[in-house]
Amino acid sequence: MSKEDNNILDEITQSEYKYGFVTDIETETAPKGLTEDTIRFISAKKKEPEFMLEFRLKAFRHWQKMMEPNWAHLNYPKIDYQDIIYYAAPKQKKELESLDQVDPELLDTFNKLGISLDEQKRLSGVAVDAVVDSVSVKTTFQDTLSKHGIIFCAFSEAVQNHPELVRKYMGTVVPYTDNYFAALNSAVFSDGSFCYIPKGVRCPLELSTYFRINAANTGQFERTLIVAEDSSYVSYMEGCTAPMRDENQLHAAIVEIVALDNAEVKYSTVQNWYPGDKNGVGGIYNFVTKRGICKGANSKISWTQVETGSAITWKYPGCILMGDNSVGEFYSVAVTNNRQQADTGSKMIHIGKNSKSTIISKGISAGKSQNSYRGLVKVTRRAENARNFSQCDSLLLGDRCGAHTFPYIESDNKSSVIEHEATTSKISDDQLFYCNQRGIETESAIGLIVNGYAKEVLNQLPMEFAVEAQKLLQITLEGSVG
Amino acid sequence: MLLNIKDLHVSIDGKEIIKGLNLGVNYGEVHAIMGPNGTGKSTLAAAIAGKEGYEITQGEIIYNGKDIMEFAAEDRAREGIFLSFQYPVEIPGVSMTNFMRTAVNEHRAYHNLGPIPAAEFLKKMEEKKKLVEIHSKLTSRSVNEGFSGGEKKKNEIFQMAILEPKLSILDETDSGLDIDALRTVANGVNMLKTEENAFVIITHYQRLLEHVVPDFVHVLYDGRIVKSGGKGLAFELEEKGYDWIKKEFEEA
Repeated sequence: MSKEDNNILDEITQSEYKYGFVTDIETETAPKGLTEDTIRFISAKKKEPEFMLEFRLKAFRHWQKMMEPNWAHLNYPKIDYQDIIYYAAPKQKKELESLDQVDPELLDTFNKLGISLDEQKRLSGVAVDAVVDSVSVKTTFQDTLSKHGIIFCAFSEAVQNHPELVRKYMGTVVPYTDNYFAALNSAVFSDGSFCYIPKGVRCPLELSTYFRINAANTGQFERTLIVAEDSSYVSYMEGCTAPMRDENQLHAAIVEIVALDNAEVKYSTVQNWYPGDKNGVGGIYNFVTKRGICKGANSKISWTQVETGSAITWKYPGCILMGDNSVGEFYSVAVTNNRQQADTGSKMIHIGKNSKSTIISKGISAGKSQNSYRGLVKVTRRAENARNFSQCDSLLLGDRCGAHTFPYIESDNKSSVIEHEATTSKISDDQLFYCNQRGIETESAIGLIVNGYAKEVLNQLPMEFAVEAQKLLQITLEGSVG
Repeated sequence: MLLNIKDLHVSIDGKEIIKGLNLGVNYGEVHAIMGPNGTGKSTLAAAIAGKEGYEITQGEIIYNGKDIMEFAAEDRAREGIFLSFQYPVEIPGVSMTNFMRTAVNEHRAYHNLGPIPAAEFLKKMEEKKKLVEIHSKLTSRSVNEGFSGGEKKKNEIFQMAILEPKLSILDETDSGLDIDALRTVANGVNMLKTEENAFVIITHYQRLLEHVVPDFVHVLYDGRIVKSGGKGLAFELEEKGYDWIKKEFEEA
């Protein structure tokens, strides 16, 4: 794209910004269903530049030719894609006056998680007093970032303000042709985050969507792009431990990470979408494509996830290890209870010489849930001395749940070393009695044992996240034994 | 009386193991329960501690003036009953420190006390580690994981020292211990013994009893206490074995 084009684009986008973005969007919603018109409507609503509309349309046309995958170990009713509203203007949620108006069950969970009162209000949409000015916190945060030249904003803002960066990197890690849900997301994505760390910058703060202005209600088709230039570093946190409810059942997100020479990106997720009730009614279907590319030499991408929510989870965060000596890591705890189903794992594609990957997956199944690990380790011909170590452990609570492991290994290079370890264990009655005999009641004992089991993964989380994640694991499994 | 067991019958899966057992333990006493394998010694310990699946079909267990038969295992523990396990289980990933802090705090909560301050807890850990001569590295490791047999048993005594129970039941704590570990365990018990607590030591051999002198020795056979006596009885058993007891019992 030429500089001139850029200027023109900037001009258009900025001038459009002047006109009330806010004034006319109050109740506007696209009609149900998905056609090219829907795509054009979304793009127009978001006042997107032409390249974005084209990208969406290409993705949509491709999606129409695709079949929904059915290889996952998941069982859910057929999704009617024409029965979904793909664009609803981000309307202001009705603010509640006090916490008394919030669902007591939700408050109970907040308290168990140790979430502060102010935070509870923010999460449940209660007006926050002027004293706790969260906006000023955010502003300070943004000031610090811009001092370092770091861009951290909503994806749609990036499309307007940094179209050249978006255009350069969007779809390069997860092309719209990648899979059914990625194509769908590429066609209709609502919003998400954009993050750019310039050359040589070590981001001084943990980036969390919490601090991003406009972060609320990014919707069901979230899209995130993180670019780390040479020798930069960033730690990014997605989600929160508080239970997230959403009236949209289908979620299909994309996260793309690009790490250039010597860059390092650490991406941590705590996913706690509504899992449905005890019988599996309601609950989010979560189909996510997360992938990073270690494009430069010595680059590193590390995924850490704690998955406790959603009725259906379909998610395989992976790394394309293209740079020589690049490193990919995946640490995961996936908990399923009641009727939840998770099919999750990682993909590590070794292309660069001496590239290294580690997969540590800890599945915990309780109730009548099904928990599957599915992973691919692929070593291509030129990946001399590639190394992978995978460890997939399953912990079962009770005898009506299922744990499954589907590891795929493909190696085209004889110098590679690939190790795979797997274990399956149960919390034994003897362990519980031992804890009970020391005065520890069964629920706390399960929390203790489960956290011990997941420790290797929890240790990878940023401190403030780790403490909450520990409590979350315990709460998720409450009532699952006995 | 700290513990008063009257006509206790315990079944596991419908099979009666304890068949009418009586035992009284006063504050400040050490009782030894001896007997051949498979006579119900460990069943008695588990039944007092409240393990699930151990059904009390008859009789009663009065502890510290309370009928504890309806108490959950954790509440019995919080009331001051401690069981040193014959086979302590491993809990991977849970550090001894974290485990004990959780235990101490749940005890305190039961007695309406707030969580123990961190400094106080660490001081206590250090103190008790010395008492049972436990390697300080053991407490940073996961509960019993990779511990040797002797370390596991010492660790039981260490936990007992931290929790300061009123009634401690040692279920074959001496089995499989070398002489040094045995002495450490014995020293631990002797140091913790006061006029406000009591010990029930279940053992096969009298060698632990050379170091911890019991006030009473009972012989358990076929789910009943068939003989009781002073510490001399332990030596007699060591010398003559259990056969004469069996014979005596069967003749009667």
